[in-house]
Amino acid sequence: MKIVYFAWLKEKAGRGEVQVSPPADVSDVAALIAWLKLQDAGHASAFADMSAVRVAVNQEYVKLDHPVAAGDEIAFFPPVTGGRC
Amino acid sequence: MIRVQSEDFDPGVELARFGADNHAIGGICLFVGLVRDGAAEAGSDERIGAMTLEHYPGMTERELERIEAEARRRWPLEATLIVHRHGRLLPGDRIVLVATASPHRKAAFEACEFLIDWLKTKAPFWKKEETTAGARWVEARQSDEAAAERWRKGQAAE
Repeated sequence: MKIVYFAWLKEKAGRGEVQVSPPADVSDVAALIAWLKLQDAGHASAFADMSAVRVAVNQEYVKLDHPVAAGDEIAFFPPVTGGRC
Repeated sequence: MIRVQSEDFDPGVELARFGADNHAIGGICLFVGLVRDGAAEAGSDERIGAMTLEHYPGMTERELERIEAEARRRWPLEATLIVHRHGRLLPGDRIVLVATASPHRKAAFEACEFLIDWLKTKAPFWKKEETTAGARWVEARQSDEAAAERWRKGQAAE
């Protein structure tokens, strides 16, 4: 599956995009985050405060219990701040 | 119509061709958002030298189309346009344009305000400010959430 990061999550994760192949028991977003946190310090830091993280699977906003599977595009990013005015 | 682009837009040109030849239109409301030089943080006297807008290509367009469809569901609109820029912008630069056209002004005004309120909390854009105190990502504001929340009533079932 493909993981993409935006804004400060990209800086903490140390990359904008990465292909991963987690074990089969990683079946939802929460499990994927727990697995990513074990991979390196950057990920542990990026996901330290989940209240500041939003998730999209295949470009749709989802919650942490949403399933993930091989071939999915999973995005992690902070709450959005478009517009300006 | 939705456009996400790095280049500037000309509000006069957009207005001239917006809803042209549609004589059911009785009023157009056009909003342009600019980059302010004051920092987003309340009470701060820091100045902004520049800001960079990052977005999620693909999802951004999809979310904007969804917001536009919701406006058209709620109000009798003859035309809608959202143009949002990304990349590095300077104070005074245009950042977003929202235009709505309707037979009567009330729907045009309301739908225009709805579109800018909703896009600020739903469309995947993130701003990084370069201020006199350094660079930092702008945090989502409670006032923006509140502005979007008052439109929640009447939201389409999802």
